Amino acid sequence: MAEPHPLLLTNARIIDPSRGADFTGDVLLSGGVIKDAAFGIAAAGIPDGAEVVDCKGAVVAPGLVDMRAFVGEPGAEHRETLASASHAAAAGGVTTIVCQPDTDPIVDDPAIVDFILRRARDTAVVRVHPMAALTKGLHGTEMTEIGLLQATGAVAFTDGARSIASAQVFRRALSYARDFDALIVHHTEDATMSGGAMNEGLFASRLGLGGIPKAAETIVLERDLRLVDGVRGRYHAASLTCRESLEVLARAKEAGLPVTCSVSVNHLSFNERDIAEYRTFFKLSPPLRGEEDRRALVEALSSGLIDVVVSDHNPQDVEVKRLPFAEAEAGAIGLETLLTATLRLVHAGDVDLVNALRAVSTRPAELLGLDAGTLRPGAPADVIVFDPEMSWVLDPATLKSRSRNTPFDGARLEGRVLRTIVAGRTVYEYV
Amino acid sequence: MTDASAFTLDRRDLIGIEGLSAPEITGLLDLAEEFVVLNRQIEKKRTTLRGRTQINLFFEASTRTQSSFEIAGKRLGADVMNMSVGNSSVKKGETLIDTAMTLNAMHPDLLVVRHQSSGAVALLARKVDCCVINAGDGAHEHPTQALLDALTIRRNKGPITGLVVAICGDVLHSRVARSNILLLHTLGAQVRVVAPSTLLPAGIQHFPVEVHRSMESGLEGADIVMMLRLQRERMAGSFIPSVKEYFHYYGLDEAKLKRAKPDALVMHPGPMNRGVEIDSAVADGAQSLIREQVEMGVAVRMAVLDALARKLPNA
Repeated sequence: MAEPHPLLLTNARIIDPSRGADFTGDVLLSGGVIKDAAFGIAAAGIPDGAEVVDCKGAVVAPGLVDMRAFVGEPGAEHRETLASASHAAAAGGVTTIVCQPDTDPIVDDPAIVDFILRRARDTAVVRVHPMAALTKGLHGTEMTEIGLLQATGAVAFTDGARSIASAQVFRRALSYARDFDALIVHHTEDATMSGGAMNEGLFASRLGLGGIPKAAETIVLERDLRLVDGVRGRYHAASLTCRESLEVLARAKEAGLPVTCSVSVNHLSFNERDIAEYRTFFKLSPPLRGEEDRRALVEALSSGLIDVVVSDHNPQDVEVKRLPFAEAEAGAIGLETLLTATLRLVHAGDVDLVNALRAVSTRPAELLGLDAGTLRPGAPADVIVFDPEMSWVLDPATLKSRSRNTPFDGARLEGRVLRTIVAGRTVYEYV
Repeated sequence: MTDASAFTLDRRDLIGIEGLSAPEITGLLDLAEEFVVLNRQIEKKRTTLRGRTQINLFFEASTRTQSSFEIAGKRLGADVMNMSVGNSSVKKGETLIDTAMTLNAMHPDLLVVRHQSSGAVALLARKVDCCVINAGDGAHEHPTQALLDALTIRRNKGPITGLVVAICGDVLHSRVARSNILLLHTLGAQVRVVAPSTLLPAGIQHFPVEVHRSMESGLEGADIVMMLRLQRERMAGSFIPSVKEYFHYYGLDEAKLKRAKPDALVMHPGPMNRGVEIDSAVADGAQSLIREQVEMGVAVRMAVLDALARKLPNA
């Protein structure tokens, strides 16, 4: 492919969370990297051959790094391919997708990591980095080839939506991974307590649905943190949902343990009441909790206790969603709405824009060791332009994803991506 | 109450007791009283539903509810078809929605549905054009059972307001308990639930009930003792230690019944596990209303079919 033209973004509100910066200026991209982001670049003269884009005061920020997205390739291409996920990501301002290993075949072998990287290179318009399985076959019994997988390109290790029940297996994997400075990402949910369909409580009881108690999450998190305390491997809780878990995590962070966490934007946006009359698009794993827990998550994002916000993109086709609630699959798509949903929290006054963007770009890039999430000169030119105020209504028919299971179906949203640039090349433009 | 037979329900479907007002419930019960009289005559036929098609779609096995709805529909003159999951295409992988659409294309007027999943009947109701009646969905609701229980109570005890009703046993998994709590509370009864903690749903303290963990305190001064069925698969080890221990603490026998008022009456939605939740001497005793409940079931279902059918187009 030919080198893209230099691109000069003028009249921009430049937000670079990696430097805590928020100022007006221009951004010059050339040779696939960021040349400069400063005031007065255009005034000093437009470089030869540069395409000039007047941002008219819109925000220019690092492209989003979505640390948890399930892509159906390989094995479930009817739900999502790397190509369709990448177009959804581009439309949502996500320039890096971190895909999950619970595909078919499972990403527990370096050859599969290699396959995904090659397939993404050939078909995807954004960057794709796979997480590999922490245990072979996601069975939770034998650890994978952590060193070789990492050398092939796996950016972290996780058993996806499964928790590792055996404390011994988990402890050994954590110890071994520490030698490679590998990040372990763990879904904290005790399998024996998570057979229900939604959050345990009055609302589930009224609907006659089996409940999943918060303790299912908290006891696994507490166990894990106890093990991290001894082993000191890098640990990341994949998706926390409740106040109790945040309290546990806060104590571990205060004690100086190498622990971080993500929360899905769905859990920041909705609560169990949104399920209303058995709406399966709100069936998630882990489940949506009560409003008090949602508020606690939002506060923890604002305070920085929560490191990363993820989409937890999980495409499901209509055949597995148009079922009675208990029988329906869990999951919601989110690549296209990650930014706009996060901006909702900003508009509500719950979190400031720089911190919100940090949690979806700079912070996940740091944890995964990716050169992304920053506008520093020399960094790859993965940049987005967005209007934080533009109001629109989500029409599922216009989504780029192969699946339509969005909880924002018909929702009024504020904030729209105008342009997504990956390696200096425009991969999405709002028209 | 004015002319009961002019009563209509201002809704297309009956999915649950939730959302029904006291006048609506009372209206249905008054209408059902007329059918009790009719059902005791030699000539039991009405022509109210003549020309109407009623399909009983049962995804979960049922003898008494299905036959009760069948008799109710036939006595009102409807053409009734029973469709059970065992001999339908659902076993061949057809989804609930596809089944609903297929049946809908046959233009039924009334669809009576039972399904093992909470919310399944409401889901199906959204996809069809006819009246849908919930004959039990998962652990959610079983509205006609609650209505027949209320009718049985009212005929034996008079107004329900102020009566003390103890609902005992597996409240956690029981749609009968949920519908009964809602209905009895709406009509002003004092509702108690009596069960071990493992068989009570989360948040039960926020339901309009008094919670008791022992039969001795729960039955004290009760007017009605309503026993719930304990599903066989829940008997050993997981929710209770054993049938023996369960019967010892929660099975209704004559000694425990003595705690209730002397004229207390005993109910059970059936089918009973004799020697598990209820002793035979009590089930067949003078205080038992269990057989009357079955009789009231037909009358209440006729009332529901009738009241909903009056809202159908061309009625």
